[in-house]
Amino acid sequence: MPIHCEIISQDRIVFQDDVDIVVLPGEEGVMGILPNHAPLLTTLKYGIITVRKKGEEQYFTVAGGVAEVLPEEVVILADAAENVMEINLARAEEARRRAEELLSKIGDVDTDEYLAAQAALRRSTLRISAAQRYRSGQPRIGGG
Amino acid sequence: MPSIREMRLRIRSIKNLAQVTKALETVSASKVRRAIQANEQTRPYAKKAWEVLVHLSRQPGRKSLHPLLADREEAKKDLVVLVTSDRGLAGAYNVNIVRHTLIAMREHDVPAVFVTVGRKGRDMLIRRRRPVIAEFSGLPVNPSFNVCAPIGKLVVDEYLKGNVDEVFIAYTEFISMLKQEPVIRRLLPLKPEENPTIQQIRSASISTRVFSYEPGAEELLDEIIPRFTALQIYQAILSAQASEHAARMVAMRNATDSAKELVGALQIEYNKARQASITNDILDITGGAEALAQAMAERE
Repeated sequence: MPIHCEIISQDRIVFQDDVDIVVLPGEEGVMGILPNHAPLLTTLKYGIITVRKKGEEQYFTVAGGVAEVLPEEVVILADAAENVMEINLARAEEARRRAEELLSKIGDVDTDEYLAAQAALRRSTLRISAAQRYRSGQPRIGGG
Repeated sequence: MPSIREMRLRIRSIKNLAQVTKALETVSASKVRRAIQANEQTRPYAKKAWEVLVHLSRQPGRKSLHPLLADREEAKKDLVVLVTSDRGLAGAYNVNIVRHTLIAMREHDVPAVFVTVGRKGRDMLIRRRRPVIAEFSGLPVNPSFNVCAPIGKLVVDEYLKGNVDEVFIAYTEFISMLKQEPVIRRLLPLKPEENPTIQQIRSASISTRVFSYEPGAEELLDEIIPRFTALQIYQAILSAQASEHAARMVAMRNATDSAKELVGALQIEYNKARQASITNDILDITGGAEALAQAMAERE
């Protein structure tokens, strides 16, 4: 029995399908959601969402958010979500370089700009490492 | 009476104007479409976020669950986010929303401070000496959510600090190409039961379920309410942009039409003047020829 999974960001539906398992970066650790999971609401950390359908896996970066788990569906309200295959590596690297430059320039660590630059750095780093790790295509969840 | 040359120049310049307004109309038409589409795409998130919110706020014994959900006893000061456009040439679009807001706030009878989105609204409020505590202008066409998120953060901070007791957003709701309506909505304190879409939500099926929370209900609300506030602002801005472009399109179409009318009228006047001057010239020539012939006859 599959579980319905939706990944929604503020400006679009990123992913929507029936899948076999969803792996989420929950606030208190990574969790794998199988069909018939107990109802659960959780916040998400920066990380990777993995969905698997018939042995095929897809990966999504997520920059925090909230997930609602029901026995028959998982709905992820993501702050920003992106399929790993869609990531533009060159642009992500450019963004990381800019963020690092900005961070080294701002002396005061308590300003909004510093926090914004830090967030930008975290986002771009996540995207780069995700793109590098998950583009190869082999499944990452054990078993088949 | 202007000279023929002046009239010709005038006709040409009005024709040029008509061309410009026509181009602006076409551009606005395509921008409206994009803004509407962007607005549509925020719906799934908004719907789902409402569901989660309603669900959380209906948990038993959690009446005063979160400061952003709780009514304050007395509203001493309001904050209004006023959404206008950066550019003019949009008919009465900006004037309407500003006037509507100021009248509504006067009736509400609580002193208000303003956060403006868009240059026009900022200028109008400053001219009327209203307190503007922050302004966001130069937003791109079809802004991303990240561009609008700081506005949400600002109003939530102001509210939590106790500087203001209620937060409203005033913007122009897009209804159709020909109809846009100024509206004022409450942003904070958030009242899940006040939203009209709430009836459509399958809340019954949700609220009977026993959820577990990670980390806890409070932390979840901490996460979701500020985001939701920002999302409402984002949706309002998208709707306002659709309205702005629709208003500009109609204004530009009217301008093109009246320019064409004017060109027609001027063209007729110009033709008449031209005809009159030709007639005069011919009269001169024939008169001259006549005089010459008479003089010749007299000499013989």
